Formats: sequence, C-alpha cells, structure tokens
Amino acid sequence: MERREFLKKCILVVAGASVPVSALTLIDPKKVFADNPDIQWAFLVDTNKCVGCGFCVKACKTENDIPFDAHVSRTWVERYVYTKDDKRYVDSPDAALNGFTDSRIDLGRGEFKDIDPKNVGKAFFVPKLCNHCSSPACTQVCPVGATYKTDDGVVLVDRKWCIGCGYCIMACPYAARFFHPVEHVADKCTFCYHRLSKGLDSACVNACPFGARRMGNIHDKNDPITQIIMNERVGVLKDEFGTKPQAFYIGLAQEVR
Amino acid sequence: MVGQIAQHAMEVHGEAWTVKELFTLPNEYIYWSIQIVMYPFMTGLVAGAFVLSSLYHVFGVEKLKEIARFSLVFSFALLPVAMMPLTLHLQQPFRGINVLMTPHFTSAISAFGIVFLTYASIVASEIWLVYRKYFVQTAQGLMAMQSRSMVDSFRMMVFQVLTLGAWDISPEAVEKDHKACKIMAGIGIPVACFLHGYAGFIFGSVKANALWMTPLMPVIFICSAVVSGVALCILTYVIVQEIRKYMARSKIARWSKDSDAPGEEELEASKHTEVMISSNYLLYFMIAAMTLEILDLIFRGYTQVKSWDILREVIMERDFVKIFIMQYTIGNLVPFIIMILPGRTVRRTTIATMLVLFGVFMMRYNVVIGGQAFSLSFAGFMDYHLPIIPHNLETFKEGLMGALTVAATPFVLFYFINKFIPAFLKEESPH
Repeated sequence: MERREFLKKCILVVAGASVPVSALTLIDPKKVFADNPDIQWAFLVDTNKCVGCGFCVKACKTENDIPFDAHVSRTWVERYVYTKDDKRYVDSPDAALNGFTDSRIDLGRGEFKDIDPKNVGKAFFVPKLCNHCSSPACTQVCPVGATYKTDDGVVLVDRKWCIGCGYCIMACPYAARFFHPVEHVADKCTFCYHRLSKGLDSACVNACPFGARRMGNIHDKNDPITQIIMNERVGVLKDEFGTKPQAFYIGLAQEVR
Repeated sequence: MVGQIAQHAMEVHGEAWTVKELFTLPNEYIYWSIQIVMYPFMTGLVAGAFVLSSLYHVFGVEKLKEIARFSLVFSFALLPVAMMPLTLHLQQPFRGINVLMTPHFTSAISAFGIVFLTYASIVASEIWLVYRKYFVQTAQGLMAMQSRSMVDSFRMMVFQVLTLGAWDISPEAVEKDHKACKIMAGIGIPVACFLHGYAGFIFGSVKANALWMTPLMPVIFICSAVVSGVALCILTYVIVQEIRKYMARSKIARWSKDSDAPGEEELEASKHTEVMISSNYLLYFMIAAMTLEILDLIFRGYTQVKSWDILREVIMERDFVKIFIMQYTIGNLVPFIIMILPGRTVRRTTIATMLVLFGVFMMRYNVVIGGQAFSLSFAGFMDYHLPIIPHNLETFKEGLMGALTVAATPFVLFYFINKFIPAFLKEESPH
C-alpha cells in the first residue's frame, strides 16, 4: 500500500468511526430535555424592601420543623450599618428570628456595640437563603449522592441516605447548609419544595409583608419575576465561585458577601 | 432547668466547641473538628510507614531490612485506624458503608473506599508474601506436635488459614514470593501516595475555603505524610528495641528459652544503623515538605488576593503561636537542627522524631481547624475549643478522648498482629 493511499484510508476510518460516536452524544434524550425543562425556579430578593422583621425566618422554621432554639436556620437576614467615619458593621442575631429589636450591633461573645444614630451613614438589610445554584458545589462533593438537583432547579437533601460527613457544608460558599439538630443529617433551604409542588408559594415568600422575597419560573418569559431579572439591574452573591446562583438580588451592595 | 435541658437537646453539631466572634454567618460552625485532624494524620502515617518499608523492598536499601519489615507490619496495624476518625466523625456512622454502595464519583471522598481497599489489599498481600514461609513452617511445626494445648490448637488453626493452602516452601517457590513481593511494593508506592495525596485533594478542592484551596495541597500532604510516617516508624522501632533489650537483659519471654535470640549488643548495633539511615530519608522529606509549605505561604502573601486580609489576620496574629512557634519552630526547625548537627546519636534522633510528629500533627491541625477559623463573610472569626471532658457522645467522639482512642489503637493492634506476624523475624535468605 502506498503512503498516500494509507493516509487516505486512515482519514476515512477515523471519519467513519467518529460519526456514530458523535451521533450517540447528539441524541441523548435526557440531556435534550434537561436543557429546556418547563420549570426552573429562581428567587428574587428586593433588598430595598426588607425591614428586618424576621417573619420569613419564623415562617421558615415553623414550616420546615427547624427548632426555634437551635442556632441554625435555612434562611436569615443580615443587617449592614455603615458609619460616617467609614466603619462597617454586620450582624444577624439568632439569624434574625426575632427581627432586629436591638439597635446595638451583636459582636459575638456576648458583646454589643452601640452606634450613635447620627453617625450612621447608610444601613440596610439583606435576606439570605440557599441560592439553588445552577452548578452547585455541594452536590458535586457529596460522596453518596444524597444531595442532588431536581429537574426544576431545586437542590435537595435525601435525609435517608445522607451519611453526615459535612463535606457539602464545607463546600457551600454561602454557609446555607448545616446539620439538622434532630435528624443529624445535612439540611438546607428547599424553596419549600413540598409547597411549590402543590402550587403554593414558599413559606418565607408567603410571610414577607413587604414583598421583599419573591419566586418565579425563570424559563417562563412572561413570569413577572423573570421580567424583572431580564430587564432590571440585579446581582448575585459571590459569583467568583462559578456556582451560578439562582437567587437574584435587587440593590445588592458590593460589600455584601 | 427544663430550659437548659431543651437547650442541650437543641445543641447544633459544632456548637459545643465553636466560639464565634464578630460577624459570622448563622450556620457557620467548626464542623470538621479534631477527628478530621486525625484523619490526614493517621493516613499520613500509613503512607509514610509503607514508603519506608518500600525503600528496602523496591530499591533494595539493604541496610534498612529490619526497620523495613517492622514498618510493613506497623503500617498494616495503622491501616484500619485511617478509617476510624472518619467513621467517628460521621453524623450517621452506620450509613458509612453507603460510600461503597453508591459512590458518587464527582466527590473526592467517594473514591476513598476504593483507594483504601486497593491499598489495604496490596499491603496485606505483600505481608503474606513476606511471611508465607514463616506461616507454613509454624503451622507444620504445630501440626507435628504430639499433644497440643488449647492455645496451640488455636494457633495451628490460625496459621493453617494464614497459609491459604500454599504449602510449597521450596527455594524456587520462596524466590517467586520475593519477586512478587517486590512488584507489590512497587505498585504500593504510587497507591500509598495516591491514598494520601488524595486526602490533600479533599481539602485542596474546596473552593469555598480560601485557606485550603491550592493545587499544592496534595503534594504538601504527601511530603508531610512521608515525614510523619518515617518519624513514627523510627520512634516506635527505637521503643520496641529498647523493650527487647530490656527483655534480653532480664532473660524473659523468648530470651529465657531461645539461645538463638539476639543479644543486647546485637540489638543496640542494629538499632543504631537502621535509625541513622532512616533518619537521613527523614531529613530529605522534611526539606521537601518545608519548602512546599513555605512556598504556599509566601505565594499567598505575595499575591494578596481578596482573602489575604482575613488569612493574614488568622496566620500572622490569631494562630501565630500554633503556626510559627509550634509547627514551624518546634515541629520543623528544632528537630531539623538536632539532626543535622554533627555526631548524630540515636537518642537525639529519637527526640527529633517526637518533635517532628508533633510538628506534622500541628500542620494538620492548622490546616483543618485554621481553615475554619474565619467566616465566609470575611468579617468574623471562629475559635475552636477542644472538648476535654466529654459530657455526651458527641463531645467524646469529637474531643480529646476520641482523638486519643484513635491514636492509641494502632499500638494495640500492632501488639496483636505481632503475635501472628512477628515484625522482628530472623530470616537467613535476603530478599
């Protein structure tokens, strides 16, 4: 066989072999459907509307059986205070379960800081919860696959299969996860999946008196939430981790991490 | 009182030993505590002990023969202990087997079972190959006895099982064993390094943690693993030799009946050569480990990315004593100087190995606990208070008592394993 002929045949074989291989990847039905499901849940927080009442935290703990006296929470509210002499204070006493009834800043270890109201430059509240990321770090690291992402974009934990190693808690850049004090497995916000699947709003959305928390289907172009995310200036938390969070914030300050 | 009980019942995992300061997120605690410090420390010892034994089996460093065999048996005793801290740390320990049943391969932990079992079978088969002749001889000796006591009958049974039915101890068969053993040890080195490098990967790949995330982590872990493993083998070897010397002096156990048993001088001489040579290897690996660790630190300080402000405060201020005094000075610099000063003796080396072990432990501590000492908000800190006196199961498991249990187990196991697989077997033919 001549060299030219040999090369020709080689190219033919490679090209011929690659056709069925590429065809296999082309028609993976699961992937095709997953790329474009009907529903993809997203959360929208309007930080301008939040007053730090803590109703959302109470509602969440009640709805999802997280004990009130346990110092963990699926959702929480942070208070940011900037003084005129360029100092920044942040706190979230008891995850804002009882709102912010004390004007002093909680510094931990039982210490509090009084701030002169005249010295306050700006102050605001930021509600937080699991971001239900598109590429979540937590589901990637679970050694047994007990935490997973549903087709409609919600990250859940299988309480019957979680071994309680804590790797997902370590991997989450938002500290949205914790060990459930009663179940002793990893726990986190589920977007109230049990309510969503019945057509109800999640508990915190329902409880917020000011409409600071809203949910919508980001794959539905006519959904008011999708409209806001598409047309207004919204931000996400810690995008540098590449997790693609699905909780969007209106009025997000750069210092909020 | 009732309120107190309720409070205790609602104590969240991690709350018992975490003290929060300034702004930390509500769900942040030191979730990975002392057992996760013990995990890389113990696997490191396993990997290091095996590497030391391989120096003889693979590279034929003939002078390390005795300590090599000792290290092999000791690394076998250490093996189950690598898994212990992980199980103790799990919130659902009985589901630990799920990692093997439904491994989720995008997770770094999921491969643990596979890597660990591969490694365990390599060590087990290597030990079997080294000791097969001894098993056969002992079993035959016991079978030839006219009347056997209960203990001897039990021992006979065990040794018969240990031979696995391979009774051929002709020189050709034994030679084949030696060849196979060399191959197993050769495969074992990369697997041992993988077992441990991958423990480093578990930490290094956590992108949310500013202190852990570095590709250097697996390499740093491997180097310090070898350092700690070699150090522990030297230390234990010296202690065991001292005990044997004492036994030879007082003529107890083997020395009372066996005229062939090594005398005190012989033991002292072999101890000296073995310790001197293995401590050389200890020095080489210490240089590598220290270089990498300091490179990592300098790189972080030089590049000063966003997280550096908080890392600097943790490294240079809050954990200064733990990192620079306890780890680098007492654990690295002092033993290094002790060993490189001229006229090194066994006694000096032994002291150095103790300090080295302490230093490697502190390195694990500073990585695991230090990595959780600052909040993800970069605006707060968490202090770790090791539970010393346990008040419930959790503070026992993840407290000083749990850590000591893990640390003591390999020695207990070694005692029993040594009954059947004697680490100091006198053998004529070299291999």
